[in-house]
Amino acid sequence: MEIGLAHYLIVAAILFTLGIFGIFLNRKNVIIILMSIELMLLAVNINLVSFSTHLGDLVGQVFALLVLTVAAGEAAIGLAILVIYFRNRGSIAVEDINVLKG
Amino acid sequence: MIVATIAFYLFAAVTIAAAFMVISARNPVHSVLFLILAFFSSAWLFVLMGAEFVAMILVIVYVGAVAVLFLFVVMMLDIDFKNLRSEMLNYLPLGGVIGIILLLELGLVASTWVFAPDAASLAAAPAPAADSGVTNAEALGRVIYTQYVYYFQAAGMILLIAMVGAIVLTLRKREGVKRQVIADQVARTPQTGVEVKKVEPGQGI
Repeated sequence: MEIGLAHYLIVAAILFTLGIFGIFLNRKNVIIILMSIELMLLAVNINLVSFSTHLGDLVGQVFALLVLTVAAGEAAIGLAILVIYFRNRGSIAVEDINVLKG
Repeated sequence: MIVATIAFYLFAAVTIAAAFMVISARNPVHSVLFLILAFFSSAWLFVLMGAEFVAMILVIVYVGAVAVLFLFVVMMLDIDFKNLRSEMLNYLPLGGVIGIILLLELGLVASTWVFAPDAASLAAAPAPAADSGVTNAEALGRVIYTQYVYYFQAAGMILLIAMVGAIVLTLRKREGVKRQVIADQVARTPQTGVEVKKVEPGQGI
């Protein structure tokens, strides 16, 4: 059986859904939420690269590289914010992050 | 061809199982390790597609940098993870409903779309033919450094900003820390550095 574009798209769809599901499931743990976002970006990358290779157009892989860059920057900034938040509050529960409400 | 099919199903199953373990593992360290596994096996999926350069970059950037960063943060912060997971099942029905709806929608999209008739001729950067001897990395380099060089520079700028931002956010000045100030040491004179005390005999200081 030939592995076509649809197989990769289904894998990416399942990964994306797992990422969304992870955000709902771990409402309190910011680290797992960040990892779920990484999973969703990985699903996007799989989509981009599979279309790129299937259509013979390299632009999709260039986009995938840019998405990778942004994901790395997002992880660094997110974890930095997490570290200073933990330093100030002693907890990383999302429900405590309402100090800006005043 | 049968090897490629078996490899696809193997790596796809490993990727999805690892992704599921990322969101459901009790210990966040296990979550990070399963995230590494998910990225590693999806890099193999990229290799199966024929995008070796992106696959290797995925391994280097994610497994080498991002996952280790996660691991550092998880191990550095002293967090009581038991409490964080106690209400996990409260959100299971809502998350499950939304996840199933989303998966159905994505499945509908994946099963009904078609290519436009002239899609193949509209390629902005056509990939070289497989028998032309040009590797994936070389073809990608030819495109990135010419046609998309501004995007490449913008990506570098994003990384620089992320680096500066992370340093600025986590840098802190602590009070009461004794540091060596070389200028102060060099500027000392015998008058300020030596104190002569007159000690009375038989009394001590």
